Amino acid sequence: MVIEQSREEIAEILLGAYTSRQPVEPLTEKYAGLTLEDAYKIQLLQVRRWLSAGARIKGHKVGLTSAAMQRQMGVDQPDYGHLLDSMFWLENEPIPASRFLQPRVEPEIAFVLARELRGPGVTVADAIGAVGFVLPALELIDSRIRDWRIKLLDTIADNASSAGVVLGSTPVPLAATDLRLAGCNLHKNGEVAGTGAGGAVLGSPLTALVWLANTLGERGVVLQPGQVILPGSVTAAIPVGAGDTVTATFAGLGSVTARFTGEAGNPEEDK
Amino acid sequence: MSDWTVARAAEALLAAEDSRADREPLTAEWPGLDVPTAYAVQDETLRRRLGRGERTVGVKLGLTSRAKQQRMNVSAPLTAWLTDAMVLPAGAPVPQDRLIHPRAEPEIVFVMRDRLEGPGVTAATALAAVGAVYGGVEVIDSRYRDFRFTLADVVADNASSGCFVTGPVSVPPAGLDLALEACLLEVDGQIIDSATGAAVQGHPAEALALAANGLGRRGHAIEPGWIVLTGGMTDAVPVPPGAKIAVHFTHVGSIQLAGG
Repeated sequence: MVIEQSREEIAEILLGAYTSRQPVEPLTEKYAGLTLEDAYKIQLLQVRRWLSAGARIKGHKVGLTSAAMQRQMGVDQPDYGHLLDSMFWLENEPIPASRFLQPRVEPEIAFVLARELRGPGVTVADAIGAVGFVLPALELIDSRIRDWRIKLLDTIADNASSAGVVLGSTPVPLAATDLRLAGCNLHKNGEVAGTGAGGAVLGSPLTALVWLANTLGERGVVLQPGQVILPGSVTAAIPVGAGDTVTATFAGLGSVTARFTGEAGNPEEDK
Repeated sequence: MSDWTVARAAEALLAAEDSRADREPLTAEWPGLDVPTAYAVQDETLRRRLGRGERTVGVKLGLTSRAKQQRMNVSAPLTAWLTDAMVLPAGAPVPQDRLIHPRAEPEIVFVMRDRLEGPGVTAATALAAVGAVYGGVEVIDSRYRDFRFTLADVVADNASSGCFVTGPVSVPPAGLDLALEACLLEVDGQIIDSATGAAVQGHPAEALALAANGLGRRGHAIEPGWIVLTGGMTDAVPVPPGAKIAVHFTHVGSIQLAGG
């Protein structure tokens, strides 16, 4: 475990990367004693800073949910990050790529909750009962760590590499589709950039929702009605930059598009 | 100066298959082997298979994914022959005693209703000739050590054919969005990969059209009743003895395969 002062210091380093747009060296290289608890505390210190600046929590994301990612990171469980209102972009709204350091996009099946989910002890049945509807979504991930050289604790401290969300606009009830076997095609500039099925997310995206509710529940956090939960990517993440258009199409859920522009972002402007 | 011939190459590859002895790529000793000659080797191995009593049951495609095409530096898939000796009945384990280093991959499988003769076949006309769609698992195998080969080598080696199993449900192609038909690949109870038909040349019917056109240029048609294995949706996974593979498709059922 690192001392309290170091947690504050690491949170500052990460917050600094957002404004300077300069990635930082891997935290796990500089702070050898970092623990899982430290990493989530560091994430929370940044979230508190954003909240005090007027941001609002709109949901959570679950990461490291595919067998390939878990193998690559040497872990056997997922992680989570916070989604703030400032991270949400509208479909067809140009997203200035320069706001991000090294952005990547992932197709996801987003859950929007109709009822609260209070862990621990949440089952798949409870989770199904709490979901209001699902939406096709694109998650924009980014790393404040140089060249994505992340280990588990680096990404957790860095808000699980969260950066943005584009939600589709057709709500579909959970009962209307088999999320596990729902196909997903990711196109970048008109070419197939990845394919997959919902079951690539921990066997079922619902598993990620249950894990999140129970993991947050142990920390006294309740998932609230209206919150958006991104359960994890259906394909490998793809890099994006200015000029790229990315579309995710899901069987039974429709599609969602994100458009990245080269317009210079204004760091002072609070979206 | 090479003393390799089409006949000698076909004999060498069938001998490697029959004795389960992997070998160096043909091109290591026959650097002049080009793709048209490699297809002649492939056709000669088919002729010899038929000569020992096997029947042609269809064709398979290889290198249908963009990643594999980039690795091999080609822009189109390749075709190879399927015979009845390659059919694996549902529920049967992978015949380890016949294969060198089997790998499994999920595929969309067509059974043809109409004859398809290229060139000039499009994805739309190709799909119109399909009678039924099945899910399938192809067990590929290579006669080359560690699956190391050039394009000409793999063409000659019948596109790493091994055996294949087709799924339990037949679905008419009309109304099925094959670009979004998905599969989950499960190894020993864990989902390790997933994909859709779009991973196969953009759409499995595009793969079928390319097969018909490629075969057409060589004077062959795809005949009614033939099976077409359209190409691996995911990367192939090793199937050692004891492995348990399951593939779940959106509309064309699930297939369980034991490593024997």
